Amino acid sequence: MLAKRIIPCLDIKDGRTVKGVNFVDLRDAGDPVELAEIYSKEGADELVFLDISATEQKRKTLAELVYRIAEKVNIPFTVGGGISSIEDVDILLQNGADKVSINSSAVKNPQLINDLAAKFGSQCIVVAIDAKQIDGEWIVHLVGGKVPTERKLFEWAKEVEERGAGEILFTSMDHDGTKGGFANEALARLSTELNIPIIASGGAGNLQHFTDTFTLGKADAALAASVFHFKEIGITELKEKLKENGIPVRL
Amino acid sequence: MKIVIIDYGAGNIQSIKFAIKRLGYEAVLSDDAQEIENADKVIFPGVGEASSAMKKLRNSGLDKLIPNLKQPVLGICLGMQLMCKTSEEGNTKGLCIFDVDVVRFSENVKVPQIGWNQISSLKSDLFKGIAEKEHIYLVHSFYAPLSAETIAKAEYDLPYSAALQMNNFYGTQFHPEKSSEVGARILENFLGI
Repeated sequence: MLAKRIIPCLDIKDGRTVKGVNFVDLRDAGDPVELAEIYSKEGADELVFLDISATEQKRKTLAELVYRIAEKVNIPFTVGGGISSIEDVDILLQNGADKVSINSSAVKNPQLINDLAAKFGSQCIVVAIDAKQIDGEWIVHLVGGKVPTERKLFEWAKEVEERGAGEILFTSMDHDGTKGGFANEALARLSTELNIPIIASGGAGNLQHFTDTFTLGKADAALAASVFHFKEIGITELKEKLKENGIPVRL
Repeated sequence: MKIVIIDYGAGNIQSIKFAIKRLGYEAVLSDDAQEIENADKVIFPGVGEASSAMKKLRNSGLDKLIPNLKQPVLGICLGMQLMCKTSEEGNTKGLCIFDVDVVRFSENVKVPQIGWNQISSLKSDLFKGIAEKEHIYLVHSFYAPLSAETIAKAEYDLPYSAALQMNNFYGTQFHPEKSSEVGARILENFLGI
């Protein structure tokens, strides 16, 4: 049976992890490779690296990091952050990334999804969608939820699927950072209306939230950052709890 | 031991190279007929679309070379699918090593299947030391139905072939290089055949 996936997300700046990470046993708390190895040993099913650096050398630094991660880590990982061309994706995949995640560049140029899917295959193209509710309507936002667009979540998600995305990573900006649970209603609607896997993101605070997003939210995978980084939730403990609740996981 | 990964411009080979390195071996990438023929083990990777990958094989003459190899050959993911008779993806004629036609998952399930699924009914030395129902990592929209050559089953919508074997030819639909410790053991088993 296909297992539900647990995905820690690491923010990267200039080749280093950004958010404070509370791992006492780390030799170098800022080294994404070391952290990735720990998560992989604890049973993470996948990893997402989100690059937020904005330097001239960004592309090269990220490619070098991807190479170092691929060298050590034996589970799949996705790289996102500022990817906007076929060349960007080519470099990352060649250095060992399994998938790439695109967000703003897809909204600005939807054809990019078609081009990437045609060149590299749908399986490695994740489209990330950030949205929040305005007057009861889910509106797609850019720049970490700061800039609203004209696009509505469910229409955009459908278009993204039709253009060839292999997966959707949906972050509810209303839930992100609240630790009050995932946006399960919207997630369930995405999962029902679309026929590609949906990754839930934004709102993870406790063990029950993960169970809820897999049952009520019908999500295929759940992504979180701080609850894992600050050891509020251990991945093994989380997966044991999910199993207890009848959710298929890899243990 | 000389390990060659067939290089025909199809997908993420860096990960396979690294996985082999983690086992203590070096693999070389090559599209050179002589180098491939002289290898002790051959890995045939593949990510992407079947008909364009097959075209690349034909253009380089590798479509004639691969079915005649005598040493252990491991096709991974699309590599395994191309070793089959045909694929529904792009109406592709394959290398006809495995006597099975690759078809698309139905609309009953999300396509592609992405993630960790379990393998069972394990046969062959490829799975030496691997317990039934271990999880392995897969990403695919097309699958090989069960056949006489099935050496591992997985279930998604219906039971299908997670791995195939015909004489010296092995194929895994899953990615051993991305399947954690279980995958590493399977790769190690292959290198030990």
